[in-house]
Amino acid sequence: MEQQQLIPHLFRTEFRKITTVLCKHFGIEHIEIAEDIASDTFLSAVETWTYKGLPANPTAWLYTVANNKAINYFHRSNIFSKKIAGDIKNSYPQTEELEINLSDENITDSQMQMLFTICHPSIQTEAQIGLALRILCGFGINEIATAFLTNNETINKRLFRAKAKLRTEKVKIEFPGKTEINDRLENVLTTLYLLFSEGYYSESDDNVLREDLCDEAMRLTFMLIENEQTNQPKVNALFSLMCFHSSRFAARKNEKGEIILYAEQDESCWNQELIIKGIYFLHEASHGNEISKYHIEAGIAYWHTIKSDTKEKWENILQLYNQLLVLEYSPIAALNRTYVLSKVKGKREAIWEAEKLNLTSNHFYFTLLGELYTEIDNNKAKENFKKAFELSKTQTDQQTIQKKIDQL
Amino acid sequence: MEEYALIMRHEDGSKIASPERLQAWMKQTMDWIGGIAAQNKFVSGTGLPLEGAKVITTKNSKPVVTNGPFGDIKETIGGLIVVKADSFEEAVEFAKGCPVLQGEGNSLEVRKIAKGDGVH
Repeated sequence: MEQQQLIPHLFRTEFRKITTVLCKHFGIEHIEIAEDIASDTFLSAVETWTYKGLPANPTAWLYTVANNKAINYFHRSNIFSKKIAGDIKNSYPQTEELEINLSDENITDSQMQMLFTICHPSIQTEAQIGLALRILCGFGINEIATAFLTNNETINKRLFRAKAKLRTEKVKIEFPGKTEINDRLENVLTTLYLLFSEGYYSESDDNVLREDLCDEAMRLTFMLIENEQTNQPKVNALFSLMCFHSSRFAARKNEKGEIILYAEQDESCWNQELIIKGIYFLHEASHGNEISKYHIEAGIAYWHTIKSDTKEKWENILQLYNQLLVLEYSPIAALNRTYVLSKVKGKREAIWEAEKLNLTSNHFYFTLLGELYTEIDNNKAKENFKKAFELSKTQTDQQTIQKKIDQL
Repeated sequence: MEEYALIMRHEDGSKIASPERLQAWMKQTMDWIGGIAAQNKFVSGTGLPLEGAKVITTKNSKPVVTNGPFGDIKETIGGLIVVKADSFEEAVEFAKGCPVLQGEGNSLEVRKIAKGDGVH
């Protein structure tokens, strides 16, 4: 790999490792110092490698430099506290015993513990996702802002507040105890699910970034599967769901970046390898008695990997949506269920149920009604599509709806 | 918004339905429940299978346990679901869609759930 590509690549893979290991070593209260040292390490790499050429083992070089920088930092702050702050006992470790452990094992452990730390119930969900992207995935503030369709300042503030909260709550970087693990895991899974959705459904034009987000969510979920204590059926179900969804990545957008709806997708673009992986992990998820919403959603996603419009397929999907809604209501599940109902029982029955959903501030609601009225009452279809157009906020959605109106 | 129980009554619980019939019923019931849940009005549901059911009565001030099917008692409760509704009328509308009503003689009872506030 050329140097211009190597540094960004290493940044993506190593920044998060160095940050989490340092942070684990020094405690959550020094999280910003850990980030600074990691950033500084990469700055040195750019400067040094440009003049002296690549070292034989760039990763090892980074670890050594990070280690030295950490020692220097704490050496200086020790001198500071001794000379200036006098007798105040400082919390920093003595530099003599400082050796940052950057073994694979410690990196994985630190990442796992950090995942649970970040997904602490005291932190707001949006901030959890931001922190996960920054600390665990090594995303730049810029990239996080792009993914969330906001600006750097907002993200900086959000992360700053979240880190302050971790400090004041004195959240420890550790694996939760056996009794706690299930509750905490629930939180972790929600964050990973949202992190994935952020990538999958994001309005951001940056396709590479969106796929990266999904890949990272999958990497972190897989980390939970690899750990005995967190390798639970619902984790496997979530991973399976992610596999099924990602399998359609290439088929979802055309060259112009416009969304291609499921029914119009070219199934030869679906990634069969990921579909097979999804089936494998769905099978792994079927042990035990618990049926989580991830199980049901993975089941729905599984049926969607079969393109043909069979009665069996839609009936199964309808039953799964029924179960999903009983378990946890969400407007999008209600809308999807009604669409599936039209496939099983016809458009008229679906219209009858759709009218009762009462989601009149949701543009997808009117898109669905427009879809259902198409061919039954095209005037009503048009009326509903127009309402959907007025309520939709993004260009992509408006383009999709306009196409529907033109086709009437 | 209040909570209402929709209690499903079967005219004759001793009639055994075929497995295919039962499965079709299950699907219909789930579709009915799914429709309510899609409106965010579903609270909970409890199926009450007849298998192993017992009836306890009193004879000469002593409890007497009888196995199902229920001898003299013909009508049985098949299950109940709890829904959210603004009024009895709305709850009744939900009840009308219940597939149990396809069976002649079956019925649904709609009852408001006591709030446990000391008044109701």
